[in-house]
Amino acid sequence: MNAPTPGMSGIHREWKRFSAEQRVIRFAFYFIAVAALVMSVRHIEFIPEFLYDAPEQVKDFFVRMWPIDKTFYAKSVHEALIETLNIATLGTLLAIVLALPLGMLAANNLVPVKAINYFAKLVLVSSRSVNSLVWALLFIAIFGPGALAGTLAIGFRSIGFVGKLFGEALEEAARGPVEALTAVGASHSSVFLKGYWPQVKPAFWSIALFRWDINVRESAVLGLVGAGGIGMAMDSAMNLFRWDQVAVVLITIFAVVILAELLVTFIRKKVI
Amino acid sequence: MQATAPRNPFPANWPVRAGWLALLAYVIWAANQLDFTWSRFITGLDNAQRFLSRMFPPNFAGDKWDMIVKGLTESLEIAIIATFIGIVISLPIGLMSARNLSPQWISWPARLLVALCRSFHPVIVAIIFVKAVGFGAIAGIGALVIGSIGFISKLFAEAIEEISLKQVEAVRASGASFFNTLTYGVLPQVFGRFLGFCTYQLDSNLRNSTMVGIVGAGGVGGTLFAAFQRFDYDFVLAILISIITLIFIGEILSNILRAVFLDNKTISGWFSSGASTPVIIRRGEEE
Repeated sequence: MNAPTPGMSGIHREWKRFSAEQRVIRFAFYFIAVAALVMSVRHIEFIPEFLYDAPEQVKDFFVRMWPIDKTFYAKSVHEALIETLNIATLGTLLAIVLALPLGMLAANNLVPVKAINYFAKLVLVSSRSVNSLVWALLFIAIFGPGALAGTLAIGFRSIGFVGKLFGEALEEAARGPVEALTAVGASHSSVFLKGYWPQVKPAFWSIALFRWDINVRESAVLGLVGAGGIGMAMDSAMNLFRWDQVAVVLITIFAVVILAELLVTFIRKKVI
Repeated sequence: MQATAPRNPFPANWPVRAGWLALLAYVIWAANQLDFTWSRFITGLDNAQRFLSRMFPPNFAGDKWDMIVKGLTESLEIAIIATFIGIVISLPIGLMSARNLSPQWISWPARLLVALCRSFHPVIVAIIFVKAVGFGAIAGIGALVIGSIGFISKLFAEAIEEISLKQVEAVRASGASFFNTLTYGVLPQVFGRFLGFCTYQLDSNLRNSTMVGIVGAGGVGGTLFAAFQRFDYDFVLAILISIITLIFIGEILSNILRAVFLDNKTISGWFSSGASTPVIIRRGEEE
């Protein structure tokens, strides 16, 4: 930063927030952003004819949704909803079980071997880079369509999230209790259970709850590719163009997502 | 001195143990409900072997590569346009839903809108857009714009609710108009975090833009889903590798962007300090 230097009186000085180099780099970024936007807009395939009747289509969409088919909820949505919640919960639990050791391996203060840390981090990153729908497609190819594929997809997608945040929480743990336990000759497992665990417990539970909240949302769409849950009810209703039934599914998803968020907020306030 | 029996410093906590038992019972019940059986798992492992052997080596042959490039370009374009529109719409909505700046009759409807945008997965929103505007990239853009509004507006509003009102008051006291108060009193305080949300959303849109194609909303997802349905697994692997590479590049770019704008890093000072970029996204907000 070009702060005015004393002893150079008489010369006109102007205060600037950023140095010339910083300004050039910033300008380059703005330029790239605008250029990317302009290029995208010009290149993207755009069929204006489709847009002309969009208002009509949306109107048609809502007209066909009303009145909603309330009987559909008891007939197939309720069961699918329970399945979705089970997929989300079991998937989260699976992710926690697998992510705990990976998070520990990724934390440098717990496992002071750089190679192991990087390996664990690589596993976590690759878990996060693959979308849960893609995980679902992969597991469907292996285990066939159904809730098993969905649960595994949710679990494997969540490992990266839970493991990364848990590892970071471990790395932030204070040295004091750990050193004290090591000094009195505690075993490795005791050091972890009584030195690290009490420190990271709140972080751990809030990570798990947050992931569960996200997973409820994600497991609702897994059915679109055939991995069980409420998405399957939606898919079959859509294939039959029963928009009044689709509306029931959408309302159910909305209600459950809001309830899950309220529940998570409540637990976080009360318990953690 | 009175001798006392050695006390166990870590007494058993029965309510917690009961909780673990209940959890175990739930897992067994739920696994039964979902029809998980050991034999299915075993046959699955067999399938996995066949599946993996058909995946390798990935098929990057000429015509396939052209399809990947075409799909990925479209995904990238969807992500860029959707992020831009999302940011532009999120600015006013975020301001409107911040409770310390807006009166209740503005903030409540705005917050409701944000909650509505947030609660549906982009793929579900994409289905609705495909119905409205037909197959293609426009539907994907619409779906991701909705998701971006939900994410950026919510965090932007929360960031604004945490600002110091002293600066706002100072600017207002000097006789600034409402918009001057915003630009000089409010926005400078939240610009850094806002930029963080936007780059994060660009990453997230890039991930999702590769997926909305599954329901016909443009991008490489359609190609991926078609390859899955044709059991063209070596092509599937090629697409997956390309998607992951693109997402990695995107993440590296947004890290550089954060370093330039938030840490004021320059090329000359790039390697001199090891300070990492601050985590702008709160824990748990990222997906």
